[in-house]
Amino acid sequence: MERIPILRMGRALLVTIQIDLQDQVALQLQDDLSAQIERTGAKGVLIDISALEIVDSFVGRMLASISGIARVLDATTVVVGMQPAVAITLVELGLSLEGVRTALNVERGMQLLTAGFDADDGIQRDD
Amino acid sequence: MPMTGSSVTTEPTTGSMPLQGERDIVMCRQMVRRLTQQAKFSLVDQTKLITAASELSRNTVVYGGGGEMRWEIVQEGLRTGLRLAFEDKGPGIPDVDLALTDGWTSGSGMGVGLSGSRRLVNDFDLRTEVGVGTCVTVARWK
Repeated sequence: MERIPILRMGRALLVTIQIDLQDQVALQLQDDLSAQIERTGAKGVLIDISALEIVDSFVGRMLASISGIARVLDATTVVVGMQPAVAITLVELGLSLEGVRTALNVERGMQLLTAGFDADDGIQRDD
Repeated sequence: MPMTGSSVTTEPTTGSMPLQGERDIVMCRQMVRRLTQQAKFSLVDQTKLITAASELSRNTVVYGGGGEMRWEIVQEGLRTGLRLAFEDKGPGIPDVDLALTDGWTSGSGMGVGLSGSRRLVNDFDLRTEVGVGTCVTVARWK
Protein backbone atom coordinates (compact mmCIF):
# COMPACT_ATOMS: atom_id res chain seq x y z
CA MET A 1 0.00 0.00 0.00
CA GLU A 2 1.22 3.51 -0.81
CA ARG A 3 2.28 5.81 1.99
CA ILE A 4 2.19 9.60 1.88
CA PRO A 5 5.65 11.06 2.59
CA ILE A 6 5.99 13.61 5.39
CA LEU A 7 8.76 16.21 4.99
CA ARG A 8 10.22 18.21 7.83
CA MET A 9 11.04 21.86 7.26
CA GLY A 10 12.22 23.69 10.36
CA ARG A 11 9.44 23.45 12.90
CA ALA A 12 6.84 22.42 10.35
CA LEU A 13 5.85 19.13 8.77
CA LEU A 14 4.84 19.24 5.12
CA VAL A 15 2.52 16.80 3.42
CA THR A 16 1.56 16.93 -0.24
CA ILE A 17 -1.21 14.55 -1.20
CA GLN A 18 -0.76 13.69 -4.85
CA ILE A 19 -2.59 10.42 -5.23
CA ASP A 20 -6.24 9.45 -5.15
CA LEU A 21 -6.39 8.34 -1.51
CA GLN A 22 -7.51 4.89 -0.57
CA ASP A 23 -9.22 4.98 2.84
CA GLN A 24 -6.47 2.98 4.53
CA VAL A 25 -3.79 5.33 3.14
CA ALA A 26 -5.65 8.29 4.64
CA LEU A 27 -5.83 6.56 8.02
CA GLN A 28 -2.14 5.65 7.82
CA LEU A 29 -1.28 9.30 7.15
CA GLN A 30 -3.22 10.30 10.26
CA ASP A 31 -1.18 7.84 12.36
CA ASP A 32 2.13 8.78 10.72
CA LEU A 33 1.57 12.49 11.25
CA SER A 34 0.65 12.06 14.91
CA ALA A 35 3.80 10.00 15.47
CA GLN A 36 5.96 12.54 13.60
CA ILE A 37 4.61 15.49 15.60
CA GLU A 38 5.42 13.66 18.80
CA ARG A 39 8.89 12.64 17.63
CA THR A 40 10.00 15.93 16.08
CA GLY A 41 8.17 18.36 18.35
CA ALA A 42 6.85 20.07 15.23
CA LYS A 43 4.71 23.14 15.91
CA GLY A 44 2.99 23.22 12.56
CA VAL A 45 1.57 20.87 9.92
CA LEU A 46 0.92 22.00 6.37
CA ILE A 47 -1.19 19.74 4.18
CA ASP A 48 -1.28 20.58 0.48
CA ILE A 49 -4.36 19.13 -1.21
CA SER A 50 -4.10 21.08 -4.49
CA ALA A 51 -3.73 17.83 -6.45
CA LEU A 52 -6.84 16.27 -4.92
CA GLU A 53 -9.72 16.16 -7.38
CA ILE A 54 -12.29 15.35 -4.74
CA VAL A 55 -12.57 15.47 -0.96
CA ASP A 56 -15.31 13.17 0.27
CA SER A 57 -16.55 12.74 3.84
CA PHE A 58 -13.84 10.20 4.59
CA VAL A 59 -10.97 12.48 3.61
CA GLY A 60 -12.78 15.44 5.17
CA ARG A 61 -13.00 13.55 8.44
CA MET A 62 -9.32 12.63 8.18
CA LEU A 63 -8.36 16.32 7.74
CA ALA A 64 -10.52 17.34 10.69
CA SER A 65 -9.13 14.64 12.94
CA ILE A 66 -5.49 15.35 11.98
CA SER A 67 -6.21 18.95 12.88
CA GLY A 68 -7.69 17.97 16.22
CA ILE A 69 -4.93 15.51 17.11
CA ALA A 70 -2.24 18.05 16.17
CA ARG A 71 -3.91 20.70 18.33
CA VAL A 72 -3.84 18.41 21.33
CA LEU A 73 -0.14 17.78 20.59
CA ASP A 74 0.40 21.57 20.50
CA ALA A 75 0.77 21.93 16.74
CA THR A 76 -1.23 24.02 14.28
CA THR A 77 -2.54 22.45 11.06
CA VAL A 78 -3.19 24.39 7.87
CA VAL A 79 -4.84 22.76 4.87
CA VAL A 80 -3.91 24.56 1.65
CA GLY A 81 -4.70 24.57 -2.05
CA MET A 82 -8.24 23.26 -2.18
CA GLN A 83 -9.58 23.52 -5.72
CA PRO A 84 -12.70 25.70 -6.08
CA ALA A 85 -14.80 22.81 -7.48
CA VAL A 86 -13.78 20.72 -4.48
CA ALA A 87 -14.74 23.51 -2.08
CA ILE A 88 -18.16 23.94 -3.72
CA THR A 89 -18.81 20.20 -3.56
CA LEU A 90 -17.59 19.83 0.01
CA VAL A 91 -19.92 22.52 1.32
CA GLU A 92 -22.88 21.10 -0.60
CA LEU A 93 -22.05 17.65 0.76
CA GLY A 94 -22.45 19.15 4.21
CA LEU A 95 -18.86 19.38 5.38
CA SER A 96 -17.54 22.77 6.35
CA LEU A 97 -14.30 21.45 7.88
CA GLU A 98 -14.97 23.32 11.10
CA GLY A 99 -11.90 23.65 13.26
CA VAL A 100 -9.60 23.16 10.27
CA ARG A 101 -7.51 26.19 9.33
CA THR A 102 -7.20 26.69 5.60
CA ALA A 103 -5.17 28.91 3.30
CA LEU A 104 -5.39 29.53 -0.41
CA ASN A 105 -1.93 28.23 -1.25
CA VAL A 106 1.31 26.86 0.23
CA GLU A 107 2.87 30.32 0.50
CA ARG A 108 0.02 31.76 2.55
CA GLY A 109 -0.19 28.60 4.62
CA MET A 110 3.50 28.85 5.51
CA GLN A 111 3.04 32.53 6.41
CA LEU A 112 0.23 31.58 8.75
CA LEU A 113 2.33 28.90 10.43
CA THR A 114 5.45 31.10 10.64
CA ALA A 115 3.44 33.92 12.22
CA GLY A 116 2.31 31.43 14.86
CA PHE A 117 5.91 30.31 15.50
CA ASP A 118 7.02 33.95 15.89
CA ALA A 119 4.22 34.65 18.34
CA ASP A 120 5.32 31.62 20.39
CA ASP A 121 8.91 32.89 20.34
CA GLY A 122 7.72 36.31 21.53
CA ILE A 123 5.98 34.76 24.53
CA GLN A 124 9.11 32.80 25.37
CA ARG A 125 11.34 35.88 25.15
CA ASP A 126 9.09 37.83 27.52
CA ASP A 127 9.48 35.16 30.22
CA MET B 1 -2.96 15.23 -12.02
CA PRO B 2 -3.00 11.55 -11.26
CA MET B 3 -6.29 10.56 -12.80
CA THR B 4 -6.32 12.41 -16.09
CA GLY B 5 -3.78 10.11 -17.74
CA SER B 6 -6.38 7.40 -18.14
CA SER B 7 -9.04 9.69 -19.60
CA VAL B 8 -8.06 8.82 -23.18
CA THR B 9 -9.77 5.44 -23.03
CA THR B 10 -13.39 5.49 -24.10
CA GLU B 11 -15.77 3.71 -21.78
CA PRO B 12 -18.95 2.03 -23.04
CA THR B 13 -22.12 4.08 -22.42
CA THR B 14 -23.47 1.34 -20.17
CA GLY B 15 -21.62 -1.07 -17.95
CA SER B 16 -20.93 -2.30 -14.46
CA MET B 17 -18.03 -2.79 -12.13
CA PRO B 18 -17.61 -4.72 -8.88
CA LEU B 19 -17.48 -2.92 -5.55
CA GLN B 20 -15.93 -5.46 -3.22
CA GLY B 21 -13.13 -3.67 -1.40
CA GLU B 22 -11.58 -0.32 -0.63
CA ARG B 23 -9.55 -0.35 -3.81
CA ASP B 24 -12.78 -0.56 -5.79
CA ILE B 25 -13.91 2.75 -4.25
CA VAL B 26 -10.87 4.38 -5.87
CA MET B 27 -11.56 2.55 -9.15
CA CYS B 28 -15.18 3.69 -9.01
CA ARG B 29 -14.18 7.35 -8.60
CA GLN B 30 -11.81 7.04 -11.55
CA MET B 31 -14.46 5.37 -13.67
CA VAL B 32 -17.01 8.09 -12.89
CA ARG B 33 -14.41 10.73 -13.71
CA ARG B 34 -13.80 9.17 -17.12
CA LEU B 35 -17.55 8.85 -17.76
CA THR B 36 -18.31 12.45 -16.77
CA GLN B 37 -15.43 13.69 -18.90
CA GLN B 38 -16.67 11.59 -21.79
CA ALA B 39 -20.15 13.11 -21.37
CA LYS B 40 -18.46 16.54 -21.25
CA PHE B 41 -19.66 17.55 -17.79
CA SER B 42 -18.32 20.81 -16.37
CA LEU B 43 -15.58 20.48 -13.77
CA VAL B 44 -17.95 21.29 -10.89
CA ASP B 45 -20.52 18.76 -12.14
CA GLN B 46 -17.76 16.15 -12.52
CA THR B 47 -16.56 16.81 -9.00
CA LYS B 48 -20.06 16.58 -7.53
CA LEU B 49 -20.90 13.29 -9.19
CA ILE B 50 -17.51 11.73 -8.39
CA THR B 51 -17.89 12.77 -4.76
CA ALA B 52 -21.40 11.30 -4.59
CA ALA B 53 -20.10 8.09 -6.20
CA SER B 54 -17.31 7.94 -3.64
CA GLU B 55 -19.79 8.17 -0.75
CA LEU B 56 -22.25 5.69 -2.24
CA SER B 57 -19.62 3.14 -3.29
CA ARG B 58 -18.17 3.27 0.22
CA ASN B 59 -21.64 2.56 1.62
CA THR B 60 -21.94 -0.43 -0.74
CA VAL B 61 -18.56 -1.79 0.36
CA VAL B 62 -18.67 -0.99 4.08
CA TYR B 63 -22.34 -1.32 4.98
CA GLY B 64 -23.64 -3.48 2.14
CA GLY B 65 -20.80 -5.99 2.33
CA GLY B 66 -19.95 -5.40 -1.33
CA GLY B 67 -21.93 -5.23 -4.53
CA GLU B 68 -21.63 -3.44 -7.84
CA MET B 69 -22.04 -0.14 -9.62
CA ARG B 70 -23.88 0.05 -12.91
CA TRP B 71 -23.67 3.10 -15.10
CA GLU B 72 -25.50 4.52 -18.06
CA ILE B 73 -24.87 7.65 -20.06
CA VAL B 74 -28.42 8.80 -20.76
CA GLN B 75 -29.61 10.90 -23.65
CA GLU B 76 -33.05 12.40 -23.12
CA GLY B 77 -33.99 14.82 -25.85
CA LEU B 78 -31.39 17.55 -25.73
CA ARG B 79 -30.03 16.73 -22.32
CA THR B 80 -27.27 14.32 -21.43
CA GLY B 81 -26.89 12.73 -18.04
CA LEU B 82 -25.04 10.04 -16.22
CA ARG B 83 -27.01 7.56 -14.14
CA LEU B 84 -25.31 5.41 -11.53
CA ALA B 85 -26.78 2.55 -9.53
CA PHE B 86 -25.08 1.18 -6.43
CA GLU B 87 -26.47 -2.19 -5.45
CA ASP B 88 -25.67 -4.58 -2.65
CA LYS B 89 -27.21 -7.67 -1.10
CA GLY B 90 -26.44 -6.53 2.40
CA PRO B 91 -28.57 -6.10 5.51
CA GLY B 92 -30.72 -3.29 4.07
CA ILE B 93 -31.66 -0.06 5.82
CA PRO B 94 -34.35 -0.46 8.52
CA ASP B 95 -35.22 3.24 8.74
CA VAL B 96 -34.70 5.09 5.47
CA ASP B 97 -35.82 8.49 6.79
CA LEU B 98 -33.33 8.23 9.60
CA ALA B 99 -30.55 7.13 7.25
CA LEU B 100 -31.22 10.18 5.09
CA THR B 101 -30.95 12.55 8.05
CA ASP B 102 -27.88 14.77 8.17
CA GLY B 103 -25.55 13.77 10.94
CA TRP B 104 -27.07 10.37 11.56
CA THR B 105 -24.56 7.55 11.29
CA SER B 106 -24.73 3.84 11.91
CA GLY B 107 -21.00 3.46 11.94
CA SER B 108 -17.74 5.31 11.78
CA GLY B 109 -18.66 8.01 9.28
CA MET B 110 -19.76 11.59 9.74
CA GLY B 111 -23.31 10.83 8.74
CA VAL B 112 -23.29 12.87 5.55
CA GLY B 113 -22.80 10.02 3.07
CA LEU B 114 -26.38 9.41 1.99
CA SER B 115 -27.92 12.79 2.78
CA GLY B 116 -24.94 14.66 1.35
CA SER B 117 -24.69 12.70 -1.86
CA ARG B 118 -28.40 13.27 -2.39
CA ARG B 119 -27.67 17.02 -2.54
CA LEU B 120 -24.91 16.48 -5.09
CA VAL B 121 -27.16 14.88 -7.71
CA ASN B 122 -30.34 15.80 -9.60
CA ASP B 123 -32.17 12.47 -9.25
CA PHE B 124 -31.96 10.26 -6.20
CA ASP B 125 -33.77 6.99 -5.63
CA LEU B 126 -33.26 4.60 -2.74
CA ARG B 127 -34.74 1.11 -2.63
CA THR B 128 -33.97 -1.08 0.31
CA GLU B 129 -35.34 -4.13 2.03
CA VAL B 130 -34.12 -5.47 5.33
CA GLY B 131 -32.26 -8.72 4.81
CA VAL B 132 -32.37 -8.39 1.01
CA GLY B 133 -30.23 -5.42 0.08
CA THR B 134 -30.06 -1.81 -0.99
CA CYS B 135 -29.98 -0.08 -4.35
CA VAL B 136 -29.29 3.64 -4.63
CA THR B 137 -29.74 5.15 -8.08
CA VAL B 138 -28.57 8.68 -8.79
CA ALA B 139 -28.33 10.81 -11.90
CA ARG B 140 -26.83 14.12 -12.74
CA TRP B 141 -27.69 16.05 -15.86
CA LYS B 142 -25.47 18.43 -17.75
